[in-house]
Amino acid sequence: MHRKHAFGAAATLAAGLSGPAFAQDGAATITVATVNNGDMVRMQGYTDRFTEETGIDVEWVTLEENVLRQRVTTDITTGGGQFDVMTIGMYEAPIWGAQGRLVPLDDLSEEYDVDDILQPMRAGLSADGTLYAAPFYGESSMIMYRTDLFDEAGIEMPEEPSWEFVADAARRLTDRGAEVNGICLRGKAGWGENMALLTTIANSFGARWVDEEWNSQAGSPEWLEAATFYNDLLADAGPPGAAGNGFNENLALFQQGRCAMWIDATVAASFVTDPESSEVADSVGFALAPDAGNGIRANWLWAWALAIPAGTDAEDAAKRFVEWATSRDYIEMVAEAEGWANVPPGARASLYETPEYRQIPFAEMTLRSIEAADPDSPTVDPVPYTGVQFMAIPEWQGIGTSAGQEFAAMLAGQQTPEEALAKVDAMLDEEMEAAGYR
Amino acid sequence: MATKASRTAARLMMAPAVTLLLGWMLVPLVMTLYFSFADYRPLRNVFEPWAGFGNYERFVTSSAFWPSVWTTLVLVGAVLAITVVLGILLAMLLDQPIWGRGAVRILVISPFFVMPTVSALVWKNMMLDPVNGVFSHVARLLGAQPYDFLTQAPLPSIVLIVSWQWLPFATLILLTAVQSLDREQLEAAEMDGAPPLARFRYLVLPHLARAITIVILIQTIFLLSIFAEIFVTTGGSFGTRTLTYLVFQRVLEAQNVGLGSAGGILAVLLANVVAIFLMRIVGRNLDA
Amino acid sequence: MARAASPARRAAFTALAWTLALLIFFPIAWTILTSFKTERDAIANPPVLVPLVGGADGRPPILAGEADDPAEDATGGPEAGARSPGGPFFRATLENYRVVQERSDYMRFLWNSVVIAGGSTLLGILVAVPAAWSMAFVPSRRTKDVLLWMLSTKMLPAVGVLYPIYLIATFRLPLGGGTFQLIDTKPFLVVILMLINLPIIVWMLYTYFREIPGEILEAARMDGASLRAEIVHVLTPMAVPGIASTVLLSFILAWNEAFWTLNLTAVDAAPLTAFIASYSSPEGLFFAKLSAASTMAIAPILVLGWFAQKQLVRGLTFGAVK
Repeated sequence: MHRKHAFGAAATLAAGLSGPAFAQDGAATITVATVNNGDMVRMQGYTDRFTEETGIDVEWVTLEENVLRQRVTTDITTGGGQFDVMTIGMYEAPIWGAQGRLVPLDDLSEEYDVDDILQPMRAGLSADGTLYAAPFYGESSMIMYRTDLFDEAGIEMPEEPSWEFVADAARRLTDRGAEVNGICLRGKAGWGENMALLTTIANSFGARWVDEEWNSQAGSPEWLEAATFYNDLLADAGPPGAAGNGFNENLALFQQGRCAMWIDATVAASFVTDPESSEVADSVGFALAPDAGNGIRANWLWAWALAIPAGTDAEDAAKRFVEWATSRDYIEMVAEAEGWANVPPGARASLYETPEYRQIPFAEMTLRSIEAADPDSPTVDPVPYTGVQFMAIPEWQGIGTSAGQEFAAMLAGQQTPEEALAKVDAMLDEEMEAAGYR
Repeated sequence: MATKASRTAARLMMAPAVTLLLGWMLVPLVMTLYFSFADYRPLRNVFEPWAGFGNYERFVTSSAFWPSVWTTLVLVGAVLAITVVLGILLAMLLDQPIWGRGAVRILVISPFFVMPTVSALVWKNMMLDPVNGVFSHVARLLGAQPYDFLTQAPLPSIVLIVSWQWLPFATLILLTAVQSLDREQLEAAEMDGAPPLARFRYLVLPHLARAITIVILIQTIFLLSIFAEIFVTTGGSFGTRTLTYLVFQRVLEAQNVGLGSAGGILAVLLANVVAIFLMRIVGRNLDA
Repeated sequence: MARAASPARRAAFTALAWTLALLIFFPIAWTILTSFKTERDAIANPPVLVPLVGGADGRPPILAGEADDPAEDATGGPEAGARSPGGPFFRATLENYRVVQERSDYMRFLWNSVVIAGGSTLLGILVAVPAAWSMAFVPSRRTKDVLLWMLSTKMLPAVGVLYPIYLIATFRLPLGGGTFQLIDTKPFLVVILMLINLPIIVWMLYTYFREIPGEILEAARMDGASLRAEIVHVLTPMAVPGIASTVLLSFILAWNEAFWTLNLTAVDAAPLTAFIASYSSPEGLFFAKLSAASTMAIAPILVLGWFAQKQLVRGLTFGAVK
């Protein structure tokens, strides 16, 4: 840890105010920054087992996603050295890896079996073929729908629906009087919220953010078609206040039985089928994310992964932790203690070969969805970037945030799709120019 | 009574505070100024120490700049107006003989003790949420359609949250002032048949002027740097992006420290313009 | 205004004042109420309002006779268990508090908050009292300018100077053969928060001190009191109420500061603001747990504020009253 030499005068000086955390054996303590999602919170509960096995103490810094990203980004760009292990996403991993800010994970142990990691995950977390972050759990997107409502209306959901089918079913199933909305989709501004969904819709409609010379394509007819489709669909069949709904808001709506369909992260499946929190737990079906006949489905690809910042002075301990947390053994340990439904999904192929896990209703659809996404070739026409629902370039956070706000304003009825796209188009060109891509 | 010796002593006594604040102001300010003229984008490993006025030019000409200045002024102005007006009314009400005044006062000042992050989270998730918020429950109870505050009326919603936090502060200061009113004078005016509004206009308001000045001055300082309330609720969308928030987006979300630093310097300038403006208007009341 | 009020008038004002006070307090009350619900009850529609604290089986006495109730529990199924007694009632549970405490070591965050807010307040008072004293009793032409300048240091937006401060905080000071960083240490946070609140503290003390009439000092001096005696016997008793309310305000402001305390801490110095950041908006239902965490984060300062409110009110005038 960074504090291991920090003794002598300052420690004495600070002793009055500092807590017991100035523990002597510094090398055996690592600080792990993580996001406050269920699977990570569960992992914290098993920390003692890791410490028992290895003698390494773990300090947790658990933060909400936006705060976490702000914290770790500042720390990594200034070389602050606050954390030995960071929970980062598929967006950060290839960028930071390529810049040498992360320790390459190319010498993982034999028993870790790096080849067991699902291929799309591995591709998305690597830069130039080197893995820089180990996936803790991964997700794609898929359709979750209410089998009871579909049966009632006499509609049958195919396994691989088209957008046309989804839009039609959503409109037919909308019953405002009963507070049932045909479809719930993300509308809340944010590059990880509405932009994730909208980018995948655009991908499936044959649109792309930039051409191979990094010229903005947001003004293309494909983009207009995608944005208009999304806007109209939510206006006709979406919940009130859709422009403010992110993952959580839609989850709550679906669990309360207010959505006939919901296209979102595959990890949501375990929440909506959990009778403890979901009122519709026993009538949820799953289908692949829709397409528009262009050969690309609206699947995104995301992983929360563990990475080690370059320059940590506890690299070995950090590596042991990363291996432990993303190993097959960890999955088995959780399965044994809490059942297969509670293991972190989407990271390892072997999980989907486990007979017990295959019985879980959404296991197969999750795997098919993940395998349908290709971070190296996400669009119909070629693009110069990697990443499915984002461009893996440092500027994307800023671009995605601004664009997300334009589309949310569109959804809130403050502007038309044409106006939103015109602004995004201009902004994108300006950013590409300023960043020196073209 | 100010002898030369006591002046020296006074300077010595002020020295620690002045030196500390000078350091706290100058060190970050100088570094920010330095960055604001640099092309500093740490995520791309770019650091060009001299980029001229490029950052300033980009920041000011960006389509987000003027709306953010306007949003800042509207937010600060609206919160000030609401807290001062309601604060006066509330202070005068609390000055009346009422049963359980102590308990009422405790309830009224409570929001002041709540962390901004917590109050933003509570308002967003439990009050304003269009599905599960208390307001939408009430709307449904009355047979109305739930209203989606944070997307349909985003800025007013944030004004509401911030006003809720600062109303206690205004009320407390104004209450102390109301309580020090000259009762006899008021009663005399009432005997003379002066209508309530006139009494308020010519006796109460002038007496409160100084307290109002203080409320405006202190609140402005805090309101200009509002951050958590926007970060938690709208993330700066739907025209709720203040200048402070725009700086945050440039520095942290877009990781363009040079551009953000230029924005930071501009924010300081704006704050000082507002402060000077305030001093001109209300400063006469403040013979500090 | 100050007439002996008629009972009717008094009742009307009382009703109005209580209504407004309860409205203002409502969000806090609602949060506390929600913290005793299950996650499903927290999003029930229509909302459940009345907590029931039941017997061994959690069944409230008043519902014991209801016909449909035993059946509901007996049949089990997905609906039961998580379900509440029905109507506007819900079964109060301490589960959220248990979960929150299990997940994060509340006492550690609380202790850090106390140390940081307390330390910065103490340090701030030590620096501010002499400065305010000299400004109040030995004023010069520049006093007002100095005060306004001090206030203006609060106008630099924190987000704009995060990078400079972060670079300083993470700078590796060579020390005893190793390195030492300021970040995530309580003393550093104490100093930062002291600096942030110092202008307000100085100003508040200054306005308070200024109300102490100079004649008293002169009288004491005439009597041949030494400077020390003057301070100890004459000034201190008069200044204590002002200092007390300044301490309170500074403590509250430091307790609630959420930008620097979040960005400059990780483990060792993380206070309750960081604790809250681990409960907002995870994936899944979180209203009830967030409410419990919020209640835990604000309860100490709320209770302190309630007990000390008279003291706070007395000094929180900033010289607004002459």
